[in-house]
Amino acid sequence: MKTKKMNFWGLSWAIIALLYFFVPLYGTLDFSLRMQRGHLSLMAYKVVLSDPQFLDSFRYSATMGLITIVVSACIFLPTIYWMYLKAPQARPLVEIITILPFIIPVIVFTFGLIRTFSGPPFQLTATPFKTDILITVGYVIVSMPYMYRAIDVGMRSIDVRGLTEAAQSLGSSWFQILTKVIFPNLRVAVLNGALICFATVIGELILGDFLVRPALGPYMVQVGRDSAYQPAAMAMLSWGLTWVCLGVIQLFGRGNTSQEIFSR
Amino acid sequence: MTEIVAKSVSTKTITHSRFNAFLQSWVGIFPFLLFILIFLILPSTNLFIGAFQDQQGNFTLANVSVFQNTYVLKSYAISLEVSLITSLFGGVMGFFVAYAITLGKAPAWMRNIIMSFSGLAANFGGVPLAFAFIATLGHTGFLTAIFKGICFTTASGVQSCPFDFYKAGFNLYSVTGLTLTYLYFQFPLMVLTITPALEGLKKEWLEASQNLGGSSRHYWWHIALPILWPSILGSSILLFASAFGAYATAEALTGGSIYLVTILIGQQIRGDVLNNPNEGYALALGMVIIMAVCIVGYTLLQRQTGRWLKS
Repeated sequence: MKTKKMNFWGLSWAIIALLYFFVPLYGTLDFSLRMQRGHLSLMAYKVVLSDPQFLDSFRYSATMGLITIVVSACIFLPTIYWMYLKAPQARPLVEIITILPFIIPVIVFTFGLIRTFSGPPFQLTATPFKTDILITVGYVIVSMPYMYRAIDVGMRSIDVRGLTEAAQSLGSSWFQILTKVIFPNLRVAVLNGALICFATVIGELILGDFLVRPALGPYMVQVGRDSAYQPAAMAMLSWGLTWVCLGVIQLFGRGNTSQEIFSR
Repeated sequence: MTEIVAKSVSTKTITHSRFNAFLQSWVGIFPFLLFILIFLILPSTNLFIGAFQDQQGNFTLANVSVFQNTYVLKSYAISLEVSLITSLFGGVMGFFVAYAITLGKAPAWMRNIIMSFSGLAANFGGVPLAFAFIATLGHTGFLTAIFKGICFTTASGVQSCPFDFYKAGFNLYSVTGLTLTYLYFQFPLMVLTITPALEGLKKEWLEASQNLGGSSRHYWWHIALPILWPSILGSSILLFASAFGAYATAEALTGGSIYLVTILIGQQIRGDVLNNPNEGYALALGMVIIMAVCIVGYTLLQRQTGRWLKS
């Protein structure tokens, strides 16, 4: 009797959760299909996807996402590898540093970047190219906690010292060890980090907005102000993209690094 | 005399070699540290130094006066309110949902859907989330339209539509609406962080309690909750921090008409609404202090959790 009651209690919470998940999703889908009065159509999607500004900003954000992935892999792979191999005592410091982006909200961090680098002597906001350097740095730092955790988890699962010694005894240089031995063993971990990184950059609003670059986030806010149905279509597309990213991560079987993205 | 010299030389070489060893082990970390120093520490400290300078660059504590500004106080009040309410409701809801899919014996397919959707929803923030809620609960949104359509003709012939919630005073572009929207990522975050703790509750504890004649209320009050409370509190702090630092959802949902601290900082960056850049830095510093307290609390609670629930 009692257990039955507990089950009912549990079941109703599970149903509430499912409703909270699916109703906005379905509502958005339904809304996005109603651009043409009277019948359902993919009009809103067509309008979004054929807007050259959308394509430009998507291309910009996607490019930035890829650059961010490369830069942060180049920073974190050697650093974490070194930490495992030679400086385990550096771990507490590195860990504290990598959670700093959670403590310093993105808007405050961006404020600091602008105050520090927009004036002399750096003047990194003077030209679009220089601003792109600054924004890449910003993306690398904002996505740092995910990239670090993904690579850290991967590195923990391989025998760093054994692999290194084996490679060294066969005459490998440090560069060869990193690119031909360690990296191939960490492909899944790096892929996880890369996908979260990509999703973060694509959805990021603050850096693109305040550094005045044509990123996807500011574009979406603009469209949200001007039109009714396209935002719903974009929300669905962005759902799809997040889904694909997380799906690929789960496909490779290590989904536990994908929690807690605060790209808000 | 010679002895003393020899001694000093040997200590020198020891410290020298120690320094060398230190260098050798840390040298691979230096590029990363340098990157962080230039692009994270320098901008942040630069901002915080600015909080303690007047406009001529002299040291001053006067910028603290920004916290006497009614707009600033109001923005902090709203931010704290939204963060507290969403972390409370999100925490409670997330806890029960996690309970449902672990101990509540919800069907396995539900458990799978909820877990993967939690991963998705917790990652689904920012601008698209605001759009989804506008499409669902906005003036012409999906749910709004459905509920508006439920009308009755009363006995006296007057049409009444009891579920037209915009007429009843609801507004998505308000603090209430923002709270509902934030809950979409808050409670899944709670599900994700609290489920491992609930799974860590050992069956033996329940059995032991039952063997000793304890009711399920005894079990929860004297065993499960005392073990779980650091996890619950820690997760709630995480929810609080994630709502407190949020900017994009609020900006996209309300166009900046709700004065959260983050929105105010955004306006300060755009156009110095406080008429004093240094007060802006103090405003930002206040936020970081609150976030830092949160994360320190979370870390301490995580350590507490480890004692019982380590697998």
